[in-house]
Formats: sequence, structure tokens, C-alpha cells
Amino acid sequence: MNSDEEIPSDEVDSGNVSSSDDVEFPMEVESNTSREKQNEIEDYPYEVLSTEQIVQHMVDSIKEVNSVIQLPHTTIRILLNHFKWDKEKLMERYYDGDQEQLYTEARVVNPYRKSINAQKKQSRRSTGTEECEICYMILPSSMMTGLECSHRFCTHCWTEYLTTKIMEEGLGQTISCAAHGCDILVDDATVMNLVKDSKVRLKYQQIITNSFVQCNRLLRWCPSPDCNNVIKVHNVEPRPVTCKCLHTFCFLCGENWHDPVKCHLLKKWIKKCDDDSETSNWISANTKECPRCKVTIEKDGGCNHMVCKNQNCKADFCWVCLGSWEPHGSSWYNCNRYDEEEARAARDAQERSRSALQRYLFYCNRYMNHMQSLKFEHKLYASVKGKMEEMQHHNMSWIEVQFLKRAVDILCQCRQTLMYTYVFAFYLKKNNQSVIFEDNQSDLESATETLSEYLERDITSENLADIKQKVQDKYRYCDSRRKVLLEHVHEGYEKDWWVYTE
Amino acid sequence: MAATRRLQKELNDMRVHGLKCFRDIQVDESNILSWTGLIVPENPPFNKGAFRIEINFPAEYPFKPPKINFKTKIYHPNIDEKGQVCLPIISAENWKPATKTDQVIQALVALVNDPEPEHPLRAELAEEYLKDRKKFFKLAEEYTKKHSEKRPAD
Repeated sequence: MNSDEEIPSDEVDSGNVSSSDDVEFPMEVESNTSREKQNEIEDYPYEVLSTEQIVQHMVDSIKEVNSVIQLPHTTIRILLNHFKWDKEKLMERYYDGDQEQLYTEARVVNPYRKSINAQKKQSRRSTGTEECEICYMILPSSMMTGLECSHRFCTHCWTEYLTTKIMEEGLGQTISCAAHGCDILVDDATVMNLVKDSKVRLKYQQIITNSFVQCNRLLRWCPSPDCNNVIKVHNVEPRPVTCKCLHTFCFLCGENWHDPVKCHLLKKWIKKCDDDSETSNWISANTKECPRCKVTIEKDGGCNHMVCKNQNCKADFCWVCLGSWEPHGSSWYNCNRYDEEEARAARDAQERSRSALQRYLFYCNRYMNHMQSLKFEHKLYASVKGKMEEMQHHNMSWIEVQFLKRAVDILCQCRQTLMYTYVFAFYLKKNNQSVIFEDNQSDLESATETLSEYLERDITSENLADIKQKVQDKYRYCDSRRKVLLEHVHEGYEKDWWVYTE
Repeated sequence: MAATRRLQKELNDMRVHGLKCFRDIQVDESNILSWTGLIVPENPPFNKGAFRIEINFPAEYPFKPPKINFKTKIYHPNIDEKGQVCLPIISAENWKPATKTDQVIQALVALVNDPEPEHPLRAELAEEYLKDRKKFFKLAEEYTKKHSEKRPAD
């Protein structure tokens, strides 16, 4: 809605001859982020739940089972936990299998056998007092309590026992009766009755909700630090989900959304990066030297086009390859691709391991570079906000300057996609399709760098209209290139084009 | 203190009823949390002697388990050179506050009498025990005669 009056443009980058053929989404160009998200939600429905809602969700599951098999809530909770909260599995076992065996396995007393236990208790109570077998105190029966297994201890010892198990061993649903050799589980109602310390109660509830979330395949904690929300899906798939805290991640593996690379390869990659800590330390180092004058440079912004600040040098170079910027800026851009020919030559000259390391460093360097640029995201948003205010002083309306924020959104999306394309490329074996993929990657990378450069330029009243047109053209182009790249990789997944090196 | 009260009672019960396999219980009057006693195994090759152990109860007893150490050297797959023993009944996750010390001792004596080579602390002894029982018995008996204490008269 905010930019509908703008003229859609297909031919967005005159510098690239193939652009008009590759833009497959002329109608999609104006789609805004919220609409995109809506589409995603319709396509892959999920909910964001708070901790309270999770507790309610557990209660609802118990009620649902209770409406079918009429057992006490506490018993159903233990049974459900035994079946990892799979209601169908529980029902199946309950109706098809040996119920007595089911109760034994789930470590709970058959609730229908209660009457027998009650009688036992009666006989014990004839004197009105009982001895607690833990502290050896003789106490009135009213101070003694126990589970359906009929082992009774004083409430004080019970509380002490439960507190130790919860606070020191971190046990929740799996605390058993305090009696020697008895494995009957303590239900949640008993714990809540006996434990009054709010700290212990809170910890117990956390342990129980956590185990519920962890054993339920359709739930996952938002991995963002200090976020207590849970994402609930209808079926487990490698799809992006966005928490209320705005963190977007892959539901299947919990990592940042990593399209186009698949979860297992990303996992492998992250492990590799961790293992090679020495080298990745070196790679992720924030400084490089100017290729001409060797002055140390710290990169603190997004664009890869560097101009050396040393007044005697002023070298124009690319941050990624440290080569001259000149070829990067013109129609061909060759910084994203590992040259197989050169690698072969290297293998001849050097040892195998050395070239493997070089190959890894090549991809890792580019991966880390985009990751590093993404980390400056908030800086860019802040500077763009300033620019948007400035433009409103130049007779532009609020709505007319929104394109800048949109441009940063797209820039970040492109960087994130590019970052993961290097992981994908690292494991990819060369074939005809991989060449097309690398072309797409190269195209997107060069467009993204240009967009990034535009966003760092100073805005004056003279160049305002020109810059707006350029930025809009470029971000539309980037967005469509990103989609083309992803579509191509997805098509490859469907048609089995991709062959991996390991 | 819950620990003192319970240990006093357990100690009295054990002294009154007396376990055949656990004798000469000595407790420092100033510190009831530390006991020593003699393990008197029935099965060969350990029935040629007695083995002194030390039981240390934590201040949180009985909500936390006691620790057991062998003071007498023993040739046994489940007891290492330092006298440490791996007894599931007193591991933190299996421990029950209602478990009595005499039940712990009985579990320990059962382990001494019948080694469990499946969960060894000394793998080389477990291997010997499984592959060459005769040799194990011979060496264990010699070791017992050399290092163990005298068995109580009755």
C-alpha cells in the first residue's frame, strides 16, 4: 500500500544484459514484507506461544485424553509424559495393550487398584500415629502422606526430598517415591501441594514445561536469548518461522533461516568452522591491510567497495578479494566464484590438504564477510532513519521516503541468502546447473554490493530524486535476483540436480 | 539435625540386631557422620579375610547418599586401588532417603561376594575374572591373605 503509486519497473539494471530475461516476478516486485510474511504463514501455518500458553496447552492435552479415558489428571499427565505427549500412542496402548503392564512401564499405580491400597493405609493407622522411615519421628497420621504406592513419609521429609531432586538434580516429571526400591513417580499435584518455596516451584514448572517442549516434535523454543516463547507447527519441516520477538529461524534445526542450504549441510559447516577455530579466528579477524599501502583497516560498514583513507594512497579495492575495485564495478563481477582451474593448478603445485584448506577459506571468507556485514544491520537502519528524516525536510512526505527502509530490509535479506549460498556452494560438485547457480550468485552479489553502496552515499537535495530512482531500481532488482536464485536451487532439489562433495 | 537423629537410630538398630557380614562398627562420638566397620565376605576367594571400610555421611543425609571407601586393599574388579567402589544404590540418581545403611551394606557385601565384571572399575581384573577364573581366584586369595584383616572370632 505504501508504495503502490510508484511505477513498477522490469528493466531495473541497465548494466546487466541478462536482467530482463531473469526477472520472473514482474507482479511481485512491489510485494511488501508483511504480505510476504502472510503468504508464508498461509503456506506453513504456525503459532507463537508464551510459557503460560504452553502450560495451558499441557492442561488441554490432559483434558482431551481425560474425555476419552477417564483417569485422574495426575495419572494422565504421567502417562502422557511416558509417551512423550503423543495422545494417539497413549490411546492405542491403553486400549490395545496390557493395561497393567502399561502402568508398570509408566511407573504409576493403576488408579482402579486404589481401594486395596486405601485398606492397607487404614490398618496402619490403628494407633493414630506413624513413624516416618526417613527421619524416624513418630508423628500423627495427619502429618504423613504418600503416593498411591502407599509408602508414607512425613510432609517435612517429602518437601526436603523433592526440593533436593528439583534444585540439585534438575528432575521434574521423573522423581520417584522416596521409598527404597519403589519407582512410582511423584505427580505434579503432589509436588505442588508439598513444595511451598516459590523458587523451587518455579524451577519445577520450568523443568516440566521444558521437558514438554523438548519431547514434543511440533514445538520448539525460540533460540533467541532471553526469549521464553515457543513456536508450534502442524508438521515438522525445514521452514522459516518468526517469533513474536521478531527472531526468524528454521523450525527444523533452530538455526537462523538458511535457505538455500539444507539443515544437515549447515550443521556440518558450522561444525567445520568450530573445529577449524584457528583458521576461522584468523578469518573473522576484523582488520585487513590495504593492498597498496599496507595500512591496517577496520571495516565498520556494509559495502565492499573500499577507498583507502590514507591521503597518499586512496586505493580503490574490494574488501573480499583485496583486488582492484575496477573490474568489480563494471559488467563482470568475479569475486564470488572459486576458480576451479586455478585450484587445479594449485593442487599440482602444492599438497592436496593445502588446496582443500584454500578452498574452505575461500568460501568461509565470503560467508563470514556477509555475516559480519549483517552484524552492522542495526547501524545501517539507524543511518537510514536519519536519512529518511533528512529527506522529509527536502519536501518529501513520510510515505515517499519509506523506500529506504524497504531497501535496507532487502539488503539484509540478500546478505543472509548470499551468506548461506557459500555454504551450499562449498559442498556442491561442479556441473552445468552449479555453473548457473554461481552465475546467479555472482549477479546477486554484485547487485547487493551496489545497493549497499547507494545506501551509504550522502543525500543532497540535488541528487535526491536521482538516488531514489536508483535505489528503488536496485532493490527491486536484488529482490528479484534473490528469488530467482532461490527458485533455481529449489528446482534443483526437486529435480535432483545437486551433487555434493562429501 | 535430621542426619544425627536418624544415624543414631540406625547405629543402635545395627548394633542390636547385628549383621553377620558387617562387624566392629566404630563411630567417633564427636562425629556421627563418619563410620568404619569390617566387611566379612562369605564367598571365596575373599572369605579368607575381612576388609575395613569407611562410610561418610553428608550433612544433608538422608536426602543425599553416603560415600563408601575401602581402607583395606582388595583384589576386586569393582573396587579400585584407591578403595573407591561403584555401588548403584548410593549413586545420586538412584538414592532414596528411605534406604537404610544396612541395606547399603548388604548391597556392598553382595558385590564383594559376587563381582560384577560388566561394570568394572579395574578392567584388567574384570577381564581376568571372565577369562581365567582360576588365576583370578588364586591371585585374589594370595592378595587377601597378604593384605586383609583378621576375621572376627564368631
